[in-house]
Amino acid sequence: MLKCTLSNIDKLFEIVSASMPLYLPTEDKNGAVFKKWQPGTVWSNASNTVKGPKDLFFPQSEDLMAFKTEGKKIEVIDTRTETEDFAVFGVRACDVKSLEILDRVFLTEPRDSYYASRREHGVIISLACNRPTENCFCGTFGIDAAEPMGDVSAWLTDDALYLHANTERGQAFTKLIADLTEACDDSAVSAQKEKNRKVMKRLPLADLEANAFGGSKTEQFFHSPQWEKLSESCLGCGTCTFVCPTCQCYDIRDFKTNNGVVRYRCWDSCMYSEFTKMAHGNNRNSQKERFRQRFMHKLVYFPENNDGIFSCVGCGRCLAKCPISMNIVKVMKALEVDTDD
Amino acid sequence: MTDMNETLIPILGVITDVRIDTPDIKTFRVVTPDGKKPFDHRPGQCAMLSVPGIGEAMFSITSSPTNTEYMEFSIKKCGCVTEWLHAAEEGQMITVRGPYGKPFPVDDVFAGHDMLFIAGGVGLAPLRSVINYCRHYRDRYGRIDIVYGSRSKDDLLDYREIIEEWQNDENVHVHLTIDREQEGWDGHVGFVPNYVKELGFDTNKMAVLCGPPIMIKFTLDGLSELGFDKTQVYTTLELRMKCGVGKCGRCNVGAKYVCKDGPVFRCDELDELPDEY
Repeated sequence: MLKCTLSNIDKLFEIVSASMPLYLPTEDKNGAVFKKWQPGTVWSNASNTVKGPKDLFFPQSEDLMAFKTEGKKIEVIDTRTETEDFAVFGVRACDVKSLEILDRVFLTEPRDSYYASRREHGVIISLACNRPTENCFCGTFGIDAAEPMGDVSAWLTDDALYLHANTERGQAFTKLIADLTEACDDSAVSAQKEKNRKVMKRLPLADLEANAFGGSKTEQFFHSPQWEKLSESCLGCGTCTFVCPTCQCYDIRDFKTNNGVVRYRCWDSCMYSEFTKMAHGNNRNSQKERFRQRFMHKLVYFPENNDGIFSCVGCGRCLAKCPISMNIVKVMKALEVDTDD
Repeated sequence: MTDMNETLIPILGVITDVRIDTPDIKTFRVVTPDGKKPFDHRPGQCAMLSVPGIGEAMFSITSSPTNTEYMEFSIKKCGCVTEWLHAAEEGQMITVRGPYGKPFPVDDVFAGHDMLFIAGGVGLAPLRSVINYCRHYRDRYGRIDIVYGSRSKDDLLDYREIIEEWQNDENVHVHLTIDREQEGWDGHVGFVPNYVKELGFDTNKMAVLCGPPIMIKFTLDGLSELGFDKTQVYTTLELRMKCGVGKCGRCNVGAKYVCKDGPVFRCDELDELPDEY
């Protein structure tokens, strides 16, 4: 265990930034967002950022390749460049877990080289939650917010930041800041963990369980009469998808520039009516079907393909942001009624 | 250093021949710029074709893997990419990537069996690859029956190949039908599902089915009336796709991704999926 006094925290950011870009939560007008540290940047210890660190690995929009066209001829231009090393500080336990879920999608053969390159070059410094929000329910999915993973785990007390490297990349990071840290025992961190866990036990959603869900439950939940009512007010705005750290559906589109074509991809949402629309029809014509798809995927289909792991980390962002206050917790509670017989 | 192999980046293809098949279907022959077949594939697999600036879309590879010189795609004009392709001429470059998806089990499950192919409209496109594969390795399969129907005589895909090649093969029996009476047509008139029942096949064979969803549904009912089990019937699905490798999420139905777990499914496997295809 390493200790860095809080008075040195800006110095720590400065040292890291001298060797690689460092992204950390800072306050923006709508809440905390991950931004690149620059001299003067103020780190925010907000319990949750508006969006997770997903953008740093799977950007909301990114160029994939380019084309030059002339008459009947086409030239394909590989515009990829090797990502440079970067660090992300202050990633909460839920968001660390969300990256493992994205890994299961993007790093499964055939690997997505765009995502893989960023994952290989990004060092994650997590941060335990001292003050989880009332919307948090990571415990439902077996995540311990007092024990975040990542390349380096970090804990915050009133006067110091404690760090522990979990991986080789993490060790390289702690080496970088060696001048600012000193070795210490686990007592302060243990005490902090205990305090944090007490808070978590008192959270409004602390008792929420996901046991009713999982792979091979399609038959049980797909035809539930609950979907009709749950989806009734859904606006199909896709906000839940965009703030979700595990949603990974994307679109690929072409953009005509002055001297060619850029093919890019951007986040998309299964909540949108055009998502599955084909020239000859749409296999999900109603919002009810699209709404059901999103939650069935997170609670049943994804676990079926991924050793029982749910595609939700209980970060609570969709609870905070849905304009009609619908969310995965309400869905889980309503569907559970079907299992009561 | 990251492994930079990337499936989303396509290779170039050149359209070397455009055949007008029906009023709204053309068949495009595609090779690489140096004149080779773009890549190997198995019957039933698909490829992503794109026109930079217009878009990318998934098409079944209609030529047989036994054709080592080029690839063919039979494409119906119905959206942005297909409309653009229909206006394209020989020599036009496009991009190609693939092959994607699970093929028909031609070398294990189908081997040694009589085969029944049933197609409606442009649904013949994905089956042509299998049919020609079976014709190429003729001694590996028993009797081959092909039931094919379309709106009219003019809407029958691959008509010349059917008449000049398939019908002349030994132990290959082609049964054509069109929806309505038409001048110059003395063949069968009526919908495919009914025709299948009229023909009344014995059940000691494997069946492969492709066509519009409504045709698939009624033909499956017809086959089961004849005594076929769903485990004997294969079909191929079509859903919107962007990546082709199970990541973009569009073709997800239940726990399956049609692009990588399909497009070929045994009909009893479809029963386990939610009815969203």
